Amino acid sequence: MVVLNKEIINIEREQDVVFFRNRVNDYADKIKMGLVNKTKLLTAASELVRNMLNYAKGGKVQCEIISVSTLQTGIRLIFIDRGPGIDDISKAMQDGYTTGKTLGLGLPGARRLVNIFDIKSQPGVGTTVTITKWKNG
Amino acid sequence: MDKIPILKMGEYLLVTIQIDLYDRLALNLENDLVNMISKYSSKGVLIDISAVNIVDSFMGRILGNIAQMSKILDAHTVVVGMQPAVAITLIELGLPMNGVHTALNVEKGMDLLQKKLLFDTEVITEEEEDGSTE
Repeated sequence: MVVLNKEIINIEREQDVVFFRNRVNDYADKIKMGLVNKTKLLTAASELVRNMLNYAKGGKVQCEIISVSTLQTGIRLIFIDRGPGIDDISKAMQDGYTTGKTLGLGLPGARRLVNIFDIKSQPGVGTTVTITKWKNG
Repeated sequence: MDKIPILKMGEYLLVTIQIDLYDRLALNLENDLVNMISKYSSKGVLIDISAVNIVDSFMGRILGNIAQMSKILDAHTVVVGMQPAVAITLIELGLPMNGVHTALNVEKGMDLLQKKLLFDTEVITEEEEDGSTE
């Protein structure tokens, strides 16, 4: 796997979300990702970045364009925060489970919208979520 | 600070969302709309989201909230112009858009609102007529 492009965006305030979404949008356009896939990626990114702001008071996102072979190109986003972490990840991945006042669709919804979803969390240390969306798929 | 304008047209309120929404902005819109409905006794709210590229769980919840809040203030809400890609994403996300009426475009949305209003007034007059004959 080759990482073609790499950028780190800090998320500290709500307005940063708009900037971040625009950057991801630019990356998706750069690799000519289709509209439906792009919308799914942006929506998943929007859910994860909100979690980061609400539960960890911000963090950073690493945006990458990756290429596995000449056929598979995609975008990988790595969300890193130093928030309280998640006690029970399997519970957090269930539809409708929330510790806040939300619908509890953020994490499970984001997983359904992307091709590869990986979450690692350590209570008291932080959470890292990695999502990958292929250009076609 | 950014603000989404709300236009009053007769008994209706029109909202066109043309900028990238962030959470605070969406919350302010919800608040402003409910206040405007109460101030002008509006009977219908039309929200045009044709320029909106993403509706995530938060934004979807706000739309649902607006529909339910306006309902208990005796106003109907119609969301119009959703992009096909947004509709696909909303369903995969698993968002229930309960109580939100939708139409393909502003024209059809206006028709829907007018029909709903007409239906409401007919029901009321029928009830009144029933009452007078007894």
